[in-house]
Amino acid sequence: MRAPVLTFTDHGIYCPAGDFYIDPWRPVSRALITHGHSDHARPGMGSYLATDAALPIIRHRLGEITAEGIPYGETRRIGGASVSFHPAGHIPGSAQIRVEVAGEVWVASGDYKVLPDGLSEAFEPVPCHSFITESTFGLPVFRWPDQTEVAREMTAWWAANAAAGLTTFLGAYSLGKAQRLLRMLEPIGPILTHGAVEASNAVLRAQGYDLLETLPVTPDLDVKAHPGALVLAPPSALGSQWARRFGKGSTGFASGWMRLRGVRRRRSVDRGFVVSDHADWDDLHQAIKATGAENIYVTHGYTDIFTRHLIDQGYNAQVVPTQFGETEEEPA
Amino acid sequence: MKRFSALFSAIDQSTKTTVKTKALAEFFATAPDEDKLWTIALFSGRRPKRAVTTTQLREWAAEVAGIPLWLLEESYPIVGDLAETIALILPEATQTSDHSLSHWINTLHALHDIPAEDRKAQILAAWDQLDPTERFLFNKLITGGFRIGVSRKLMTRALAQATGQDEAELAHKLMGDWTPATTTYASLIEADDPAAAQSRPYPFYLAHQLEDAPENLGAPSDWQAEWKWDGIRGQLIIRDEHHLWSRGEELITDRFPEFARARDFLPKGTVLDGEIVTWDGTAPMPFSTLQPRITRKTVPKKLLKEAPVILLAYDLLEHQGQDIRNQPLEQRRAALETLLDAMSSDAPVRASPAITFDSWENLKALRQTSREMRAEGLMLKRKASPYLAGRKKGDWWKWKLDPLTIDAVMIYAQQGHGRRANLFTDFTFAVWKGNELVPFTKAYSGLTDKEFAQITAWVRRNTQARFGPVRQVTPEHVFEIAFEGIQASPRHKSGIALRFPRMARWRQDKPVQEANTLDDLHAMLATYG
Repeated sequence: MRAPVLTFTDHGIYCPAGDFYIDPWRPVSRALITHGHSDHARPGMGSYLATDAALPIIRHRLGEITAEGIPYGETRRIGGASVSFHPAGHIPGSAQIRVEVAGEVWVASGDYKVLPDGLSEAFEPVPCHSFITESTFGLPVFRWPDQTEVAREMTAWWAANAAAGLTTFLGAYSLGKAQRLLRMLEPIGPILTHGAVEASNAVLRAQGYDLLETLPVTPDLDVKAHPGALVLAPPSALGSQWARRFGKGSTGFASGWMRLRGVRRRRSVDRGFVVSDHADWDDLHQAIKATGAENIYVTHGYTDIFTRHLIDQGYNAQVVPTQFGETEEEPA
Repeated sequence: MKRFSALFSAIDQSTKTTVKTKALAEFFATAPDEDKLWTIALFSGRRPKRAVTTTQLREWAAEVAGIPLWLLEESYPIVGDLAETIALILPEATQTSDHSLSHWINTLHALHDIPAEDRKAQILAAWDQLDPTERFLFNKLITGGFRIGVSRKLMTRALAQATGQDEAELAHKLMGDWTPATTTYASLIEADDPAAAQSRPYPFYLAHQLEDAPENLGAPSDWQAEWKWDGIRGQLIIRDEHHLWSRGEELITDRFPEFARARDFLPKGTVLDGEIVTWDGTAPMPFSTLQPRITRKTVPKKLLKEAPVILLAYDLLEHQGQDIRNQPLEQRRAALETLLDAMSSDAPVRASPAITFDSWENLKALRQTSREMRAEGLMLKRKASPYLAGRKKGDWWKWKLDPLTIDAVMIYAQQGHGRRANLFTDFTFAVWKGNELVPFTKAYSGLTDKEFAQITAWVRRNTQARFGPVRQVTPEHVFEIAFEGIQASPRHKSGIALRFPRMARWRQDKPVQEANTLDDLHAMLATYG
């Protein structure tokens, strides 16, 4: 029997025919990277290959690296494998990686989102025999509400805070989610950004992504000169010394986890907005079905439960043992 | 339901007490009386009588959502709340409605009078006309446990603001075993019903744990100490009849028939606060002997003989029919002693001794003898203190003994639920028996959110095997487990059971070989069991 197209090793997903890894978590000589989040693009690889759109962020985060960009959809030969990158809709530049060896096609999804967010390149189903899917929100309780309505609620909350003389603190992961919010919000007042958010903004704006105007928070910024401001920051910065200078405010957090009351209460935020960069329950099923794949490998999240349900549905599904840790900011 | 749902959202969307109180006060000022009464009932732990089982609810919800039942069952512990789980999986409603909270509660009550097979249609119809938040609240009415960040105290304060009544007086009116079926808003809140007043207990005064050195409390002569007994708090009311209330405001008169005799010894118009303990004639028996008495609604003769109870009274709240809670403790104590000193030694009520002391040093030494006294430590009460309602800082303190501790190895981990969904928070710990690790306790609390996040990432990377939701992990981390008591337990593999185990510290400095042994645990059992 032939070696499988992709295998799961203690370094990450490996392609024996092409001798490369996808999103490896330990140093390897050749890494194909789905997107720039820190649990997928790690330092220490001999060389990196990612989409042209993802590369600026990866370079910005990892510093001096040997890296090459590739346009979406272009096929490249690596050893005995043909690889191509296809939009995953997760964050700007994110990709699913298609690997074909001797006519057999595998797709590693990385993280993905089916719902268009007006910023990331729209998710594209890629037909394959075997599909490696994430399942961050692989439970039927996770179904995303209409995002236009969520955007309206978020702006209304901001307006009410501004009217009450309160600062609006909105927590979001600094790469991807924050920029997406900069497309969802209506600019009813000044938007101040934490350094981590602004760094991603600058890279993405330079690439031509269109974001609302923002004002970076610097040590000499006169906070009082910006009444009714919305402060966009990574969740870890909210409630910290950094946030204190803005005075009294109302705190919100944008994440798929906000679907659960319990998680919102644990974070002690006033408002939770269900905005996720991952596929919800229905979209996971729809995406998997659209690949036409028979073999499904499940990583990340509620893998056991999601896999059991796929088996019930007639798929040949199994859990991928994973060492992916949580990123420091719980980006979902 | 829209008004109640808006109230819920206002409360749920804020972490600030002032905002919650204001939202509730507005509700109490404007809602119909029936809705107000039910809101008071729900926020004081009362709920409509259950007409459908949670099993039925689960089955119907899975069916409507088009998912297998097992998937709902797996989702429930992650969400942590059945009402919420069901609200989240149901498809969007096809209709809307504008019925009141009371309407839906009456609908639930009416289910009792229709055949079981017709109840499903009613529940499904309700789901199909409620928005997601209303649905969650509707499900909550059925499943119970209305814990949504509104304490009874907060609710009482809001009601006081809305009605202009005194908060403490209102708190007293809300005590007892009323339900919206037995009273009305007008008679509960606006009038004072003398019949209800007959059995109504006073709100319990609760103490805080002493964190500072006792010297900071000031002169020892201003304070009275008592043993902190390991029983259950009780309030014994002697009026026309006698009533016994637990701290959870449960009427437990029938479970403790011993107190019927109290009426022979104590005059009408007496209310005592104290600790119910099992009593061997001279001293309290271990808490484990009280446990079967708490759970049994009717008491067999044998149990009554094996585990007789008494009330160790430490406060007098009503004397000769007068509420004396505003008198200083010193005076109440004198009256208590006068009342109880005259009683025969076989009476089911005794005064819990007041300990006077001339220096904090001496009291510290005395506290160290608590375990020999079958006590958990000491209570410190300011002699000038009135008897307040609820948990108030300043005059009453519990000064418990330091817990017992043992260093143990984490061997299994399970995800938490509710607030702690997607974190590993429930752990099983083991001690060494030779080269084998023997599990002896579980613990869920004691770590910071940051530590839980750290251990969660570690568990994901170090899972050796999975048994359903439980993960077996590499035995690598040592935790200091603190607990209040230890008992022999043939039901457990280790042969012991702990009382209130929790994680006191994550001993990242300690290698796994240096964790304690089963012999160490058995030595503790011999000393403290």
